[in-house]
Amino acid sequence: MSTRRTFLIAAGALAVVLRPNASNATPAMMQEAVRKVVGDAQIRKGKVTLDLPPLIDNGNVIAMSVSVDSPMTPTDYVKAIHVFNEKNPQPNIISVTLGPRAGRASISTRIRLADSQTVTAIAQLSDGSFWQATSDVIVTIAACAEEIS
Amino acid sequence: MARAVVTVPQRAKRGEIIEIRTLIAHRMETGFRHDSYGRPLARDIVSRFVCTYNGAEICRAELFPAISANPLFTFTTVATESGTLEFKWTGDNDFTLDATASIVVE
Repeated sequence: MSTRRTFLIAAGALAVVLRPNASNATPAMMQEAVRKVVGDAQIRKGKVTLDLPPLIDNGNVIAMSVSVDSPMTPTDYVKAIHVFNEKNPQPNIISVTLGPRAGRASISTRIRLADSQTVTAIAQLSDGSFWQATSDVIVTIAACAEEIS
Repeated sequence: MARAVVTVPQRAKRGEIIEIRTLIAHRMETGFRHDSYGRPLARDIVSRFVCTYNGAEICRAELFPAISANPLFTFTTVATESGTLEFKWTGDNDFTLDATASIVVE
């Protein structure tokens, strides 16, 4: 066999290995992650408030807060809050487990976003129902874009 | 060495809802970045946070690489009794960090 052919095959194989990993999540991957948490339950809109700035200068540090309209009594409370994104390398952002002792279903943190996208917050209530809120954000400087020098 | 800053009100009325703010120093390397030679940087994140109030768990969180460096996390709880709040973070490379705060409920 000619060396040229073997070289081309080897180079092709190498190109496949070195292909920059197009690793960003897709909305389908987010749906999959959501289904893993929610199962077959229906997700209704409402009750959840997701606070994110609509226009983000720096995707590395974004203040985010999520609150859920709930009395937080031992019989009616928010069990968990999950936040998902569509276009980061991974669809999950944070999952918080709460209980009636929280007093208020309200959390905040700082997140990273790799691109302009829709962020989804889903709350699981003690009666087993799921509620969600979404927020569209525009990110001008994406997280993960910069490399270490 | 990593450090934690926890803000809990020193005094509260019984039944009052108090806000707890936590902030720790950690780089939260995502595992999706590369160095200047193109080599991937290993993931190093804080993945779990638990808060207990006099031994009873009141809040737990699972963190992902989408949480910013130096993770900040705030939540609320009902001031039920005087005592201690314990905070514990765990993560990659056997990372653990503890913090405590005391509260007087009157």
